[in-house]
Amino acid sequence: MPIQILMPALSPTMTEGNLATWNVKEGDTVSAGDVIAEIETDKATMEVEAVDEGVLGKILVPAGSENVQVNSVIAMILEDGEDASALDGVDTSAPTPPTTDPAPIATDMPSEAEFATPAPAETPILSEPEYTGPVVNQTVREALRDAMAEEMRRDPGVFLMGEEVAEYQGAYKVSQGLLDEFGAERIIDTPITEYGFAGLGVGASFAGLKPIVEFMTFNFSMQAIDHIVNSAAKTLYMSGGQMGSSIVFRGPNGAAARVGAQHSQCFAAWYGQVPGLKVVSPWSGADAKGLLKAAIRDPNPVVVLENELLYGQSFDVPESDDYVIPIGKAKIERDGADVTITAFSRMVGVALDAAKLLAEEGINAEVINLRTIRPLDTATIVGSVKKTNRIVSVEEGWPQSGIGSEIAAKMMEHAFDYLDAPVTRITGEDVPMPYAANLEALTLPTPERVAAAAKAVCYA
Amino acid sequence: MAKAAQANAKGASAKSASVKKSPAKKPARKRPVKAQPAPTKEELLGFYREMLLIRRFEEKSGQLYGMGLIGGFCHLYIGQEAVVAGVQANAQPQDSVITSYRDHGHMLACGMDPKGVMAELTGRAGGLSKGKGGSMHMFSREKNFYGGHGIVGAQVPLGTGLAFAHKYNNDGGVCYTYFGDGSVNQGQVYESFNMAQLWKLPVLYIIENNKYGMGTAVHRASSTTELYQRGSAHGIPGEQVDGMDVITVRDATAKALEYVRGGEGPYILEMLTYRYRGHSMSDPAKYRSKDEVSKVRSEQDPIDNLRQMILKSKAADETELKAIDGEIKTIVTEAADFAKASPEPDPAELYTDVLVEA
Repeated sequence: MPIQILMPALSPTMTEGNLATWNVKEGDTVSAGDVIAEIETDKATMEVEAVDEGVLGKILVPAGSENVQVNSVIAMILEDGEDASALDGVDTSAPTPPTTDPAPIATDMPSEAEFATPAPAETPILSEPEYTGPVVNQTVREALRDAMAEEMRRDPGVFLMGEEVAEYQGAYKVSQGLLDEFGAERIIDTPITEYGFAGLGVGASFAGLKPIVEFMTFNFSMQAIDHIVNSAAKTLYMSGGQMGSSIVFRGPNGAAARVGAQHSQCFAAWYGQVPGLKVVSPWSGADAKGLLKAAIRDPNPVVVLENELLYGQSFDVPESDDYVIPIGKAKIERDGADVTITAFSRMVGVALDAAKLLAEEGINAEVINLRTIRPLDTATIVGSVKKTNRIVSVEEGWPQSGIGSEIAAKMMEHAFDYLDAPVTRITGEDVPMPYAANLEALTLPTPERVAAAAKAVCYA
Repeated sequence: MAKAAQANAKGASAKSASVKKSPAKKPARKRPVKAQPAPTKEELLGFYREMLLIRRFEEKSGQLYGMGLIGGFCHLYIGQEAVVAGVQANAQPQDSVITSYRDHGHMLACGMDPKGVMAELTGRAGGLSKGKGGSMHMFSREKNFYGGHGIVGAQVPLGTGLAFAHKYNNDGGVCYTYFGDGSVNQGQVYESFNMAQLWKLPVLYIIENNKYGMGTAVHRASSTTELYQRGSAHGIPGEQVDGMDVITVRDATAKALEYVRGGEGPYILEMLTYRYRGHSMSDPAKYRSKDEVSKVRSEQDPIDNLRQMILKSKAADETELKAIDGEIKTIVTEAADFAKASPEPDPAELYTDVLVEA
């Protein structure tokens, strides 16, 4: 049976092209890899190589032919032992059916109705065991350090790398004392080279290690965002589940104080958009310890967005190696019936202060500490809104496509019938962070702004 | 536009792209290097089999692409086979490999199943990534092959990280980190060089200099074209190697590995090679002349040269080689048949493998 040579496509969108030249003639012997013809479109030319060997029995489409359909037979090759008579009766007139027919998948596709609701719509309702053990009053900074130290004692594959984490004891002293306990092999000062060491960390995680990559601040993670998104978040999927990246990226996020535009930015929405990443953002000392420990134990890439202004604040923190907060579980910090206020990181404190102001006016606000940005605990928020029928979202980040925008969309999808007022967002102002003290103060959410928004949705 | 293309083609042919070594500065060596033994008959035939498999596999990929069975990007390795075959001949089981998106040859050289690779190219459930990775993204835990990466140069820090893990675990492994001449101007490459040398990581950097980063000739993109010297600012030794000769590649790699396994840190091998086909499938072929391509093909083809070497040394005769050709043809045909017959992934696979269940 002679072998058919088909008109090839240069790209998936090409449907026809010109057969410019034949480099061989009928009767020539061809071997695999020989260039036998050239085809061209308006965009490109391509050499056609023989994939099989034999004798070129017949050229069906002569050189110079235009608008030759992709996948039509352009020539026939006679295999070993065949002669021209083998061509007799072989139908070469019609193009062979193209194999680009998308039909096979179409029959298996979910119906439109199935597409109407996004598949993994809501996060499962996670239970969080109540902690009743001893607590210690310590700063968020100490809680983060203890979380890392405990996990490093537990798993020899865990190591910390970043700028100034070792000998300097941490740019913000979060890694204080770790070099003494774990040595330079596991507490690693890096050069100032975020793209490089983030990629190096992801590579080490491919091999099964558990890197904690510290960014001195998350502003510098923009240098490394390619490895966080393209290398860490996508590899599990691209490998069909064979290998992924178990890694933690952590450091202070958002505005500090008077450090200007390039050092004051919230990345929750940026990383929160990426499938394959988990994103957490602790507020209290317990959050810091429990979420960082969970992040280190998690087999996926986890972004831990801390806050420099919280590092020095003290909280009661569980004194237990096993205190781990489930990722994906929000916490109701203050029960209330009149309005729901969601916040994360430092804004939880702002929301709680706003709740105090509201209480003075007889409004009982429920404050939800999101703790996890991705996967967002939609169930807890919806549960609260079913009770309060009103919601105000608070964040430091910019308004467009922010966490508040996401919450607003989720409420439309899952709590529309329960809303008695529009979802309201309190965000950082839509400007780069100014340096001047008075302008900076005008940029960030305050308890007064949050309280005013809550009153507005209560029509009070 | 036509004018610009002409100028490019002229520039390309003016600067001859033949795969010849420039007078190489020999790197200072700290230890004497053992002479490499002459290749055995088995080794020669092994190289022939492996390189021919890559060549025939890639030709078949090109054909399936032309038939619409492979979509998107498809970067063929035809012409460069001696590089990966010669390097990987030195691999130990504990070593790891990472490369760019021109990765089919590397996967075959690492012993990954041609059927699984081809079915990934056609986007089928039987592919190594279940059809979700594609030509540029395949991996194998079993073979320590860490991808297939689509961002130019990104595999360099990732490979350096794999080397970091070899050192951290003290497992004696080396990471073979392959990248092209197109990636040598990426900042992250130098960030990696710096850390690899600073921490003496066991990484072998293999620059596959095939003369063109996409359609841009090396001399039009790189201020210095002696790419093996790109580690010199970091004190990393480098060497330029005739990447069209598999035995030369094997020997140069063996020497470099002696250095790397000895704990001295990274080493750079610049492999001078040539890509016969376009950058991807849709390539205007205006940046180099046809004569240039056919000259390399006819004078320096790594497989033809090896074949001649085998015949001359009487390691095998025409009949034996023909038998190997037949074996390879069967493997590739079976791979293509499998890739065509394997079903498309189940729609439910859309949502799997996004996260590992914690």
